[in-house]
Amino acid sequence: MTAKLYTTITAITITALSLLLLLIAAPHALLAQSDAVAESPDSATTAVAQVPDLGPILITVEDFPSDAGEALIIGWEDPGYVSLPDFIEYRVTRYTDDSDNGMVIGTSVLNPEVIDGEASHSIAHSYTVAAVFPDHEVISARSEPAMAEIQWVAADKYAVIIIGIFVCAAVIFFIETAKRGKTLFLRRIAGLEAIDEAVGRATEMGRPILFVAGIQDMDDVQTLAGLTILGRVARTVAQYDSKINMPCRASLVMTAGREVIKEAYNVAGRPDAYSDDMVHYVTDEQFGFVAATNGIMVREKPATCFYLGAFFAESLILAETGNSIEAIQIAGTAMPAQLPFFVAACDYTLIGEELFAASAYLSEEPRQLGSLKGQDVGKALAMIAIVVGGISVTLAQAWDIGLFQVIESALRTAFNIQLPVR
Amino acid sequence: MQFDIGIWIAALLTLGIISFLYKDNVIYKVSEAIFVGVSAGFWFISLFWDNIYRKFWVGVFPDPTSGKEPQYILFGGVLLGVLMLSRLFGNKAGWISRWPLAFIVGATAGLKMITFLASNAVAQINATVGNFVAAVAAPTFAGLVTASTVTIGTFCGLVYFFFSKEHKGWFGGLAQVGTWVLMITFGASFGYTVMSRMSLLLGRIDFLLSDWLHLIK
Repeated sequence: MTAKLYTTITAITITALSLLLLLIAAPHALLAQSDAVAESPDSATTAVAQVPDLGPILITVEDFPSDAGEALIIGWEDPGYVSLPDFIEYRVTRYTDDSDNGMVIGTSVLNPEVIDGEASHSIAHSYTVAAVFPDHEVISARSEPAMAEIQWVAADKYAVIIIGIFVCAAVIFFIETAKRGKTLFLRRIAGLEAIDEAVGRATEMGRPILFVAGIQDMDDVQTLAGLTILGRVARTVAQYDSKINMPCRASLVMTAGREVIKEAYNVAGRPDAYSDDMVHYVTDEQFGFVAATNGIMVREKPATCFYLGAFFAESLILAETGNSIEAIQIAGTAMPAQLPFFVAACDYTLIGEELFAASAYLSEEPRQLGSLKGQDVGKALAMIAIVVGGISVTLAQAWDIGLFQVIESALRTAFNIQLPVR
Repeated sequence: MQFDIGIWIAALLTLGIISFLYKDNVIYKVSEAIFVGVSAGFWFISLFWDNIYRKFWVGVFPDPTSGKEPQYILFGGVLLGVLMLSRLFGNKAGWISRWPLAFIVGATAGLKMITFLASNAVAQINATVGNFVAAVAAPTFAGLVTASTVTIGTFCGLVYFFFSKEHKGWFGGLAQVGTWVLMITFGASFGYTVMSRMSLLLGRIDFLLSDWLHLIK
């Protein structure tokens, strides 16, 4: 009896659920069916649409100018497919052999040109351009095989060459002037004046000096600038009979650092006091290097810390640790994002080009002084270009004054300044 | 909950490094030594396979089926590298290692000169005058103020970095404006970078709380 009751209840429940599901699903199924019926005429229209024959698509393949043989420009003449209602796009395909295995390298709708930025200067490529419609393609004949060409001179950068020649000429002129014994004036740079004071303090306190020449390798000019200043610091250290410790992230910087310090000790007449242990490699890993340098700082408690070179996220970590051990800190970098941290946490900071100027300022060597003076000429040129450019643009565009239109046009061409679309 | 030894080591070393905030201690020293040692070893292997094997060996002795020509010019780099090792033979041959150093420094200076000129000097002038072009072509009050501020700021910034004249008188005044522009820029950059560093810290805390302790799902 009980079993029968359970069977009846189960059957009723299943039937009820089935009816409920049917009630829910039926309207959706009916709606989907009506949608399909509604859509079918359009689909049929698309399927039977005809693309008129407007003639062949003529394509041209040209080398991309002023590059290292890495690009080709694929252009075509549109016979009128763009104006057809179902037109989607032009599709450009690259072939590297005679087979039909091509690779689509770009599409364009209105602009009849695509740049293949991955073309080779050693393998010939041919191209086809296809006008794409919903269910049809009009494909051009395959172009003649073409290779990208290497240009030795970037003709679009002649402004850089002219400015470069001008600045180099100024540098040579000032170097020769300095060699003839004429005194070249350089304004004082506060951070550098403090070097002797900082080294003297370390000597008095009997504590070492820490020098970090950034975390980049020898192919960064900031590292080179840091090493130049290291020479002066090491000479003072040798004269004061103090100690210097230089952890390095790159092995080449370690080698160069040893050379610089050894030379400085020789110049100071203390070659016997030099030891290779003054400069040591830590690790190439950025934060591994920082962890080790922090450890050195808190254990050896250097009285003076120099951070001169290219720094990244570790700048504030180093400067804050130096602050916590109450060291005098002199920093210098040309990394814009790290300068704020050094300015905030260090006693003196060489900002940007001051780092590069520092070596000339410290050495007082004619070649370096002349070089710095020549660079000042370049800066003066930039200032003049900015002021003349600003005034010319305003007068030429706002009041249509002819002379300034000529100057504006010349500056825009020289510096590749784009005129905005009005 | 699955036990993952790697996550436990990473979490404990993270805490070990963070313990430096309290003071230099033995846990920090151990974490530091592991970090430095492991990373130095990792970089040695990485540089060996990337440079000596993939760049040099594969370049000079390419797979015959690849159709690539042997690049014998790579022997130049190897020669410079071998010359660096001359330091191992003391003062007698040590001076030879200065040649590759001189090559690197000279080549770097030459290569970077034009790049810096193009990206720093010409691009700076382009951007500054370009601002004016845009502002005058479609003049709005905000656009003109922005273009003027950028132009004056750039000009005065350049005056600050002019080393041939003492910062006195009217020139000193312009340099002072340049200093203000620099400091305001640094202030904005400071705030922006601090926020990005906070995201790094949050990433680490997230690792500890979710991957290690599973407190965050």
